[in-house]
Amino acid sequence: MKPSTRRRLFQGVLYAVFAVLILVVIFLADWARIRVYFFNLDVAAQTLPEIVVIAAKNTIIYTVIAFVGGLILGLILALMKLSPVLPYRWLATGYVELFRGLPALLVIFGFAYAVPIAFEWRPPGGSVGAGLIGLIVVSSAYIAETIRAGIEAVPKGQVEAARSLGMKSSWTMVSVVLPQAFRIITPPLTNELVILIKDTSLLFIVGLALGERELTTFARDTLTSQANATPLVVASLLYLVITLPMTQLVAKLERHNKRGR
Amino acid sequence: MTSLSKGSSAVSTTEPAIEVRALCKSFGSNEVLKGIDFHVDQGEVVCVIGPSGSGKSTLLRCVNRLEEPTTGTVMVEGVDITDPETDLDKMRTRIGMVFQQFNLFPHLSVLGNLTLAQQRAKKRGKAEAIEVARRNLAKVGLAEKADAFPSQLSGGQQQRVAIARALSMDPDMMLFDEPTSALDPELVGDVLEVMKQLAREGMTMMVVTHEMGFAREVGDRVVFMDGGVVVEQGKPEDVLGNPQHERTRSFLSKVL
Ligand SMILES: Nc1ncnc2c1ncn2[C@@H]1O[C@H](COP(=O)(O)OP(=O)(O)OP(=O)(O)O)[C@@H](O)[C@H]1O
Ligand SMILES: [Mg+2]
Repeated sequence: MKPSTRRRLFQGVLYAVFAVLILVVIFLADWARIRVYFFNLDVAAQTLPEIVVIAAKNTIIYTVIAFVGGLILGLILALMKLSPVLPYRWLATGYVELFRGLPALLVIFGFAYAVPIAFEWRPPGGSVGAGLIGLIVVSSAYIAETIRAGIEAVPKGQVEAARSLGMKSSWTMVSVVLPQAFRIITPPLTNELVILIKDTSLLFIVGLALGERELTTFARDTLTSQANATPLVVASLLYLVITLPMTQLVAKLERHNKRGR
Repeated sequence: MTSLSKGSSAVSTTEPAIEVRALCKSFGSNEVLKGIDFHVDQGEVVCVIGPSGSGKSTLLRCVNRLEEPTTGTVMVEGVDITDPETDLDKMRTRIGMVFQQFNLFPHLSVLGNLTLAQQRAKKRGKAEAIEVARRNLAKVGLAEKADAFPSQLSGGQQQRVAIARALSMDPDMMLFDEPTSALDPELVGDVLEVMKQLAREGMTMMVVTHEMGFAREVGDRVVFMDGGVVVEQGKPEDVLGNPQHERTRSFLSKVL
């Protein structure tokens, strides 16, 4: 047998196995029950409009807060990591390693419960606010590494050109390095953002009031009260409705930026 | 600090634009410049030639302190560039630099490339910066490319934009580091033409180059470097036509 024939035969077998598996799942599953428990239009209708105007809205608000906060803090940390001042580098490295090493859930929990006790200080926004600080802390650790990599990917000649024109290092960073760095890291930053959208579901750990619930918490609560999993499906669809346009937008942005590469 | 403005010609005729004394530069244990004495007078065009790795770029980059000299002094218009008290950024606005790889800012339009440092380093207003930029673009023959992005230009056009960018700071002198080495042969001529015009206008220029034709035609003086020292210098027709040192002869026999 020729190698190409053998490869085609092997691929054919793989497809066949795959098709059989799908058929088995389709035939074995109880579709009537699935429709009642997962795709129940009556239950879906009952989640509206709250699941959109409260839960999805909160998910978006929490994501924006955590992402903007993470970007600002991450940028500061990245600049500290690249600073010639040794203690800054140590501090930033320690921070990044610590909060990348811990589970996000634990950090959110820690900020929500331990901080008020330890410092007798209630963060703004109550326990959600405290949880969001935790989320910012975690996302900034990841974003800091991304931004640092982006800054380092800007060719050295760019800095040299700016400095040879008499621009101060701060202006060089702001006007020459960072704009290029952020173009380079647009894909990984989008990734952080999408992860963050999903990580807002971890905020349940701080105990969300009714109006504070985000998509996952809302769906879970409704699932419990209705004894029906349809809210999970609705929530899933809404997550996709949020993430898909965003990744499309970023892809478009990236194509536009190609011009300035 | 002396002669901060361009107008102080009484001082400038007496002191060299660039004066390098006993300059040594090492990268780790690699001694690249081994006691260089070198100068460029006001209005002079000095071409620096020499084999790869002889330290030409390093010498050029020490002049605006992109490279930190290990020992020795570098004076620019009488100001010690290595003195920590010197306002280095201000000095750099007076020293234009053109790189082999152009180093245009890819995220900015041509006009943005030319106005950025004028506004940030020279604190010029936007209108003035744009006016100066357009004047210099016209000078390098690219007036119609103001709104293009660097990636939309040919290498030769990019390098001319880079020259216009440096000129927009109204520098007293220009440093060129192999400005045509990265270009396709058919694009070299346009860039050299712009440089010749600059020389005719009396610009002080230090040009590291492999273009012997340019050195012969435009250079007031040619400096041959090898192994981190200046081996020989003089009028182009002497150094290129009748070299005194064996190392110069062997280098020229390879490149001519
Ligand atoms: N940043 C640096 N770190 C370490 N070594 C360096 C650095 N820059 C230059 N060198 C070394 O210094 C020596 C001289 O380099 P330089 O670039 O000045 O030579 P050059 O005469 O300009 O050569 P070319 O014609 O190839 O451009 C080389 O051996 C090079 O490896
Ligand atoms: Mg060189």
